[in-house]
Amino acid sequence: MGDSDDGIKSERTVFVTVGTTCFDALVKAVDTQEFKKELSARGYTHLLIQMGRGSYFPKKSTGEDGSLVVDYFIFSSSIADNLRSASLVISHAGSGSIFETLRLRKPLIVVVNEDLMDNHQSELAEELAERKHLFCAHPQTLFQTVASMNLESLLPYHPGDAAPVAKLINRFLGFPDD
Amino acid sequence: MEKGNGCCFSAMTSNPTILVLVTIITVILTRVLYIMYQSGKPLHNTAPQSVSTLIVLGSGGHTAEMLNLLSMLQKDRFTPRFYIAAATDNMSLQKAHLMEKSLVDMTGGEALESAQFMQIYRSREVGQSYITSVVTTIIAIAHALWIMIKIRPQVILCNGPGTCLPLCVIAFLFKVVGIRWSSTFYVESIARVRRLSLSGLLLYKLHMADQFFVQWPQLQKKYPRAHYVGCLM
Repeated sequence: MGDSDDGIKSERTVFVTVGTTCFDALVKAVDTQEFKKELSARGYTHLLIQMGRGSYFPKKSTGEDGSLVVDYFIFSSSIADNLRSASLVISHAGSGSIFETLRLRKPLIVVVNEDLMDNHQSELAEELAERKHLFCAHPQTLFQTVASMNLESLLPYHPGDAAPVAKLINRFLGFPDD
Repeated sequence: MEKGNGCCFSAMTSNPTILVLVTIITVILTRVLYIMYQSGKPLHNTAPQSVSTLIVLGSGGHTAEMLNLLSMLQKDRFTPRFYIAAATDNMSLQKAHLMEKSLVDMTGGEALESAQFMQIYRSREVGQSYITSVVTTIIAIAHALWIMIKIRPQVILCNGPGTCLPLCVIAFLFKVVGIRWSSTFYVESIARVRRLSLSGLLLYKLHMADQFFVQWPQLQKKYPRAHYVGCLM
């Protein structure tokens, strides 16, 4: 009992999400021995992968030999709970999961999918990485990013709001300011 | 030069069909330019009671940003509200419906009656062949026209899904023809940092958005008519 309590307390999960996309390159990149070893070395105990439309299934592991516990699922109506309980989030570059993670103040690595035709999404990830709100990587550089990252260097993101737009729209239409 | 002009003019007067055609084109062009010139100007007549509002939603983050914007707008001013999303996108209208329902819970019954939800055909699905997309594009435009004739909104709010383009173009044509004066507000998606989306670029270049908002300063520098409003998320 005491043991399992300790186990829960020190649980540190890496949550990988690809949203509704197909992003096998990312799932493969986190499913390598080298990568999982690096996560263990950094003190993470669990790896949970939301794999979306991809066809590559990662290997599950119960972690009995002291290695990383690996599990996966395909979709979920809400990943909010997964994000909340994660210690590190590795996400595709969709703006939805990026801002959901940043609002929860979780360390985030965004992995850009180079196979997408219109790849404007890397713009957002790169801009937010430049502002030090997250790390930006590609499937082939993800290992390097994790191996060299310093989570202390990340700055919290302060969510914006639509008040300035709303004000301009109201003024344009002739509605009085409140 | 002068001689050439005079020659051209006499040729035109000698052929009444060409003269009529040139006159019509000139009138239409003048009207289009006048509408473009008038469009970006604030409405300075007395403040309206409320405006019928068309809200274009879209998957991939667009809906979340739009609902964020709506949360800041007074619902009694922007009423009735017509939500529209692509026929293949079943999540967006559901999210809008949830938001409208939470309004009802807060205000007690009135809000949802002023909200309507509808789907629109997309001109092209990912991976569709070009030959069939000619047909589907025509169907999509006809459907958009039908919806716009039914609603004739006074305000259009959109932030970038491809479905907003035909709706905005039709709204502009309504202004040209004189069917309905409307104001189109376009908020470029937060995902666009350095380059506008195709919808955004076209609406900007064609002066079809009355107000054009961007969420990153880099874009405002490139497109000076845009208003920089900071991040919505």
